[in-house]
Amino acid sequence: MKITREIKRKIIQVAAFGWSNPYLGNFADGRIYEGSFKQFCNPGLNCYSCPAAQFACPIGAMQAVANSPGHRLGLYAMGFVLAVGVVLGRVVCGFLCPFGLLQELLHKIPTPKFHLPNWMTYIKYGILAIFVLLLPAVLADETGIRSPAFCKYICPAGTLGGGLPILSTHPELRSLLGSIFTLKMAILIAVIIGCILVSRCFCKVMCPLGAIYGLLNKVSIYRMDVDTAKCVSCGKCASICPMDAEPYKVPNSAECIRCGRCITACPTASLTAGFKLQAKATNGIDSETAM
Amino acid sequence: MDEYKRKNIIRVVIFLAAIAMIAYGISVGEPAIVLRKAVKVCLECIGLG
Repeated sequence: MKITREIKRKIIQVAAFGWSNPYLGNFADGRIYEGSFKQFCNPGLNCYSCPAAQFACPIGAMQAVANSPGHRLGLYAMGFVLAVGVVLGRVVCGFLCPFGLLQELLHKIPTPKFHLPNWMTYIKYGILAIFVLLLPAVLADETGIRSPAFCKYICPAGTLGGGLPILSTHPELRSLLGSIFTLKMAILIAVIIGCILVSRCFCKVMCPLGAIYGLLNKVSIYRMDVDTAKCVSCGKCASICPMDAEPYKVPNSAECIRCGRCITACPTASLTAGFKLQAKATNGIDSETAM
Repeated sequence: MDEYKRKNIIRVVIFLAAIAMIAYGISVGEPAIVLRKAVKVCLECIGLG
């Protein structure tokens, strides 16, 4: 059997899922890992209240610091995301994010599939600005305590990976259930249905981490090039793209998760991806000028 | 300045800024804050807070 690019990617996704969540035994009694690795961030979205999680979620870490007295911004986690993003861009989404893998598996459920209008991809930037950066730094309750707004009101990864397993093993916490949990469950159900019907629905519309990595896709060292001398503009790359990008027109789109399906689909091998710092010596127009 | 050089400069600036942010965060104890938060069940994170 030939090991295709897609199979290699799936192997890396599963390995990254296992590396991010090695403590599967904790699901049995609802404990969470309490070791020192939890001070380090995971590159992908993975709730640190998930019993199996080994690392801190970078979005949760940013908000945890912003909520602390004397702090307004989580610079440690933000710096980590910027450093990873300027090297890899959305390779993290395509290869390393546990929630990304889950969305791809959900999308394999056989149902009619749909595409979202392009404007919806901008919602995630609003979520990043308001729920991750602004509200955790300024919004306090009556006692003056600030809270992680994205985790508290939106994050379906937290509800699925943390909320449901913890509630199933800690019946004493069920008395705390209220309107916020109802809201979060509604969002989780909407995201699950969305991901069955629309490829990577959460990544496209809601993920604040994807928003940061997407902006860095424009300048990341890992990038894609189009050799326009070879490209026949057949559109096969765009039709197969799970993120509804158009690689032959904008190879370093903020939506591209670097899955590489377009590279495999290209009949003229005009798309390439890799770590690149120098201009290619080809007569094609490279991604730098195509952006 | 060609596009590649401009992009390389942007990459270096972002990377250095990221390293500076990490270093500053470590110097003011942010990893300890993250650790304290991450080793307990975060009730807000799971929708109970």
